[in-house]
Amino acid sequence: MREKILSIIEKNSRIDVKELAVILGVEEIDVINEMADMEKEGIICGYHTMIDWEKTSIEKVTALIEVRVTPQRGQGFDNIAERIYKYPEVNSVYLISGGFDLLVTLEGKSLKEVSAFVSDKLSTLETVLSTATHFILKKYKDHGTILSKKYEDEREKITP
Amino acid sequence: MRNPLADKVVNIKPSGIRKFFDVVSEMQDAISLGVGEPDFDTPWHIRDEGIYSLEKGRTFYTSNAGLKDLKIEICNYLRRSQGIEYRHNDEVIVTVGGSEAIDIALRAMVNEGDEVLIPQPSYVSYEPCAILANAVPVIIELKAENEFRLTAKELLETVTEKTKVLILPFPNNPTGAIMEREDLEKIAEIVIEKDLFVISDEIYAELTYKEKHVSIASLPGMKERTILINGFSKAYAMTGWRLGYACGPKEIMEQMIKIHQFAIMCAPTTSQYAAIEALKNGDSDVEQMKEAYNQRRRYLLHSFKEMGLECFEPFGAFYVFPCIKEFGMTSEEFANRFLQEEKVAVVPGTAFGDCGEGFVRISYAYSLENLKVAIGRLKDFVEKLRKEQKR
Repeated sequence: MREKILSIIEKNSRIDVKELAVILGVEEIDVINEMADMEKEGIICGYHTMIDWEKTSIEKVTALIEVRVTPQRGQGFDNIAERIYKYPEVNSVYLISGGFDLLVTLEGKSLKEVSAFVSDKLSTLETVLSTATHFILKKYKDHGTILSKKYEDEREKITP
Repeated sequence: MRNPLADKVVNIKPSGIRKFFDVVSEMQDAISLGVGEPDFDTPWHIRDEGIYSLEKGRTFYTSNAGLKDLKIEICNYLRRSQGIEYRHNDEVIVTVGGSEAIDIALRAMVNEGDEVLIPQPSYVSYEPCAILANAVPVIIELKAENEFRLTAKELLETVTEKTKVLILPFPNNPTGAIMEREDLEKIAEIVIEKDLFVISDEIYAELTYKEKHVSIASLPGMKERTILINGFSKAYAMTGWRLGYACGPKEIMEQMIKIHQFAIMCAPTTSQYAAIEALKNGDSDVEQMKEAYNQRRRYLLHSFKEMGLECFEPFGAFYVFPCIKEFGMTSEEFANRFLQEEKVAVVPGTAFGDCGEGFVRISYAYSLENLKVAIGRLKDFVEKLRKEQKR
């Protein structure tokens, strides 16, 4: 049941528990308990909303930053990752295999703000060797959702 | 000038669904629950394979019976899902949808005056195809109290000396009924005893919500008497690709392929390449779509229960077939008023045979969001009708 609940609320976190129980063919109370357990276990980490900020009047700039760092003895990358993810403007931090170590995504009001963060805060961290900043120009698809297109029923009338 | 038309064709009634849809398409903000095809796009990896085949210049005919690799995959699929062994070289024909398979199977098997048993309510093309093949269609009226399954008794009552073919349309459009192993065993016994043949239309085989679908061809002694028809439209959301297949005894296939090669040549090449990919790597897509259908099915049944609308639990296809007899009107009247007053289109049960009277077909090949709006309107409508009746 867990996987099914998760796959549904991953796409629609606003679905009500009653409906969830109906479409899964289980009892409402079981859904409630299962979700509460998953929240406790940290499987469900939040119920966020997918927003296309482009369509609002709010200016936002998103950047992907490749960061190369020197891992620390006994700590690996965890320490430096923590130092980075504590900044509220940082959206996500991933440890990555390949040509660099950490992938940091960042949201700022403007290009200037993001650059300032990179040059003043990120690059100056002791263990950071280098950074490469990529600004996102357009989001086509995010979290499995295609942002630009609206679904239209294109099925034609057909007999039989 | 003399009459250019053939009486046989002129006398065939046009399908009842059509006039309905004509009204729907004219109406603004009407919601249709009438469509009989999946709302999903064909999974991308399958489409991609079609595109790739075009890029590689695979734009020629295939052999009449279809690409060898596809026929092998079809045999593999039937082996793993049904445990039936078909030979790819002479027991499989790839057709233009399941519809073509129905047509050529009937034409290859019946002589003038042979009786073809057609359980109804069912898909609308069996009867005209039988007529066009000069056979005599004999209708078996299935009943709601049997969950619209075909019973041995009903079959025995309709078999005559002239009966040659039984059409077995399960999982069923429009009722959503299925036939389980025990049901099929009883039918198979009679089929063998009375020396009949079966055309088993299993186009919805992948969409069952109870036990896995069982083909009658998998029962002892039945493979040699059965034309198994399936296709890619419903399971893989590939309706527009027009691809199906028929499997059966070599002697029958040899004759079917004659009609197929002279009328059709071969099924579309691009579609055949895409279908190989579907059978090889499409299982998880089918599973996902099936889960979505099942969620919608549960939602609809739950909603009917809440509004007190009678409906047996269907375990197949993507249709529910609620009973509207309590409102004292025909299914066509019901469907018409529902469309005019609430702007929701459902198909009257009578479009699938006279015994569909008193029922309507609701398709759940629509998103839950869509269904919710429609069900809200159905609830209003049902309440209104009940109030009218009290007066």
